[in-house]
Amino acid sequence: MLSVNALHCERDERVLFSDLSFTIKLGEVWQLQGANGSGKTTLLRILCGLNHDYEGDILWQGEPVRRQVEEFRAGVFYLGHSPAINKTLTPLQNLRWFCAVSGFADDAAIMAALAEQGLRGYEEVPCRHLSAGQQRRVSLARLALSPASLWILDEPFTALDRFGVAALERQVAAKARAGGAVLLTTHHQLRLDCELQRIDLDAPRETRA
Amino acid sequence: MSRYSLGVFGSLRATFTRELLILWRNPGDIVNPLMFFVIAVSLFPLGGDSDPAYLSGIAAGVVWVTALLAVMLSMESLFRGDYEDGSLEQLLLSPQPLYFHLLAKVAGHWLLSGLPLVLLSPLLALMLALPQDAYAPLMIGLLLGTPTLTLIGAIGMALTVGLGRGGLLLAVLVLPLSIPVLVFGAGMVQTALAGLPYTGLVALLGALLVLALSLAPLAIGAALRISIN
Amino acid sequence: MWQWLYKLGSPRYFYDMTTVFLPWLRGVTYFLLIVGLVWGLGFAPPDYQMKDNYRIIYIHVPTALGAMWVYAMMAAMAAMHMIWNLKLADMVAKSCAWVGASYCAVGLVTGSFWGKPTWGVYWIWDAKLTAMLILFFIYIGVIALRSAFDSETSGSKAASVLTLVGVVNLPIIYYAAQWWNTLHQPPSDLGGSATGANPPEIWIPVFFTGFGLIGLVFLLVILRTRNEILWRERRAQWVQDLVQGEPRRA
Repeated sequence: MLSVNALHCERDERVLFSDLSFTIKLGEVWQLQGANGSGKTTLLRILCGLNHDYEGDILWQGEPVRRQVEEFRAGVFYLGHSPAINKTLTPLQNLRWFCAVSGFADDAAIMAALAEQGLRGYEEVPCRHLSAGQQRRVSLARLALSPASLWILDEPFTALDRFGVAALERQVAAKARAGGAVLLTTHHQLRLDCELQRIDLDAPRETRA
Repeated sequence: MSRYSLGVFGSLRATFTRELLILWRNPGDIVNPLMFFVIAVSLFPLGGDSDPAYLSGIAAGVVWVTALLAVMLSMESLFRGDYEDGSLEQLLLSPQPLYFHLLAKVAGHWLLSGLPLVLLSPLLALMLALPQDAYAPLMIGLLLGTPTLTLIGAIGMALTVGLGRGGLLLAVLVLPLSIPVLVFGAGMVQTALAGLPYTGLVALLGALLVLALSLAPLAIGAALRISIN
Repeated sequence: MWQWLYKLGSPRYFYDMTTVFLPWLRGVTYFLLIVGLVWGLGFAPPDYQMKDNYRIIYIHVPTALGAMWVYAMMAAMAAMHMIWNLKLADMVAKSCAWVGASYCAVGLVTGSFWGKPTWGVYWIWDAKLTAMLILFFIYIGVIALRSAFDSETSGSKAASVLTLVGVVNLPIIYYAAQWWNTLHQPPSDLGGSATGANPPEIWIPVFFTGFGLIGLVFLLVILRTRNEILWRERRAQWVQDLVQGEPRRA
C-alpha cells in the first residue's frame, strides 16, 4: 500500500537515514524504532506529507504520492505529538471539525467514539477543563472516526493510563485485522495480538560519506 | 448509518464557523485590537493638538494607520493557536482544497476582527472632528480595505508563525506591503473632503481586494507548508 | 536548452564557469566605473543652473534603477527556486537581496544629497524617493525573514514566497506612490529630465557609470553567490579539494 524506495534525508548537516526502503501492506502493523534523535518523527512527517526535504520515492498504491495528493491524503491519518485539539472548543466541536475536513458529518459516531474513550458526559465541556490524559483521548477518538486506511501514529501512548494503553493496543490490532495498516513509534513495550514488523533506524545501513 | 458526506461547501462552512467559535470563546482576541484602535487614535489629539482644524486634517490618515496596526495585532490569533495545538497540520493534511479553507478561515477572522473596526470608525472620526461628508468614504474604504489588509497580514503571519518570536518581524514584513491600501483608503477620504468624486478609488480598492482574494490564499498556503516543516 | 539549464543549475558548474569569466567582468566593470566617474565628476562641465550639484546623478540614477532591476532578478530566481527547487537560484536570490538593499540605500542617500541643494531639505516625500524607500523596506523584510529561520531550507523558501508576494505588490506600490504624490504636492522630477536639455558632455558619462554599476551588480551577486556555494557545499569533495589546493592566506 505504502512503499518507500531509497529514502534519504539529512537535517542540520547530519544524515538521518539513507537508502531506506520498505513496503507496508494492508493488514500489517509496523513499529518504527530508534534512539532519540534518530529521525523517527522526521520520517513519519515525511511519509504523511508534512516534510518535503528528502530524496527518494514514496509510492501510494504503486503510484508516486505527488501525482495523487488528494487520494493519498484521504487514505492516511496522522497523529503527531500535538493533539490537534483546540482547548477552547468542546470535544464534540473539535471532532466535528475533524470530520468536516475529512469530508463528512456524523454526530452519532462522534458520541460513540468519545464514549469508547471513556469521555461520556464530557462531550460539551471545553477541552481546557479536561486533564492531559483526557485531552489525549479526545485526540485518539479521531482514530475511530477517520476513514483512512493507514494510520501513522507518533508516540500515541503518551499520557495514557494502563487501561488507555491496553484499549489503544486492541484498537491497533483491530485496525490491522479489519484490513487497514498502522505505522507507529513508541518507547513502550507493545503487546499486540497480531504480527509486528519493525523498522530500526539505528541499525547499521550503508551510509554515503 | 448517520454518516453523510458534507461536500466541499459544508466542509468550508465548518472551518468558517470554527474560526468564529474560537474567536467568540476568546473575547480578548476580538476586544483587545479594538481597544488598541480606540486608544491609539485618542493619543493623537493628546500628543498633537486638539484644534478641530488640525485634527480633521490628519483624521483620515490616523484612523487608517491605526486600523492597519490593529489588523496586524489581531493576526496573532489567526494561526498561532492552530499551529501550536497541531490543528494546522490536520488542515494541511486534509484532502480538502486548502485554498478555500484558508479563505473561509480568513473570512471568519475578518468578520470578528476587521468588521468591528469598520463599524467603530465613525465614532473615532467624530472624535477627530472629521466632517460628516467624509464618513461614507471612510467606512466604504475600510470595508473594502480591511479584508485586503487581513489577507496580507495572514501571509505575514503564515510566514512567521513557526518562529515563535514573530511579532515584530510580522510588522516589518507586512507594513510595507500594506502601503497601497493605506494610500488609496486614506486618499479616498481626502478626495471626498476636497469635493472630488471618489468612485474611481472605490473601484481601485475593490480591485486590490479581488487581487488579494485570488492570490493571497496561494501565498498563505505555501507559507504555512514551510512553517509547519 | 534543458541540458544547458540543468548544467547551469549545478552550483559546481556555476562556480567553475564564473571562475573563467570573472576577471573579464571585473575588468570591464572597473573600466566603465573609472571612466564614468572621472569623466563625470572631473571633466563634465557644470550645469548652468545646478552648478556641480547635478553630478550626483552619475551615481543616483543608475543605483536607483538598478535597485528595481535587482528585485526583478531576485523574483525570477525565487520563482525558479519555488517551481524547480533549484538551490542555485536560491543562492543567487539571497545575494540579490543584499546587493539590491545596498543599491537602494545608496539611491536613497544620494537622493537626499540631491535634495538638499535642490529643495533645501534632505528629505522630501517625492514619489520616486518614497517608492524607493518602500522597496528598501521590502528588501529588509526579505533579508530579515530569511535570517529569522534556523533551518536553511525553510528560510530560503519563506524568503522566496515573500519575494514573490512583493513582486506582485511593487507595481501597485509604485502606482500608489505616484498617485499619492499628485494628491498632496506637484510632481517633482529627480534626475529624469536633467539629461534631456543638457549637452552630451554631461549625459554621456551617465552611460559609463550606468553600465559600470550594472556590471557591479553582476560582479557582487556572483561573488556573493560563489561564497554561498562554497559555504553550502563545504562538505562536498570538490570544495574540499579547492580549499586545500589553495595556499592559505594569513
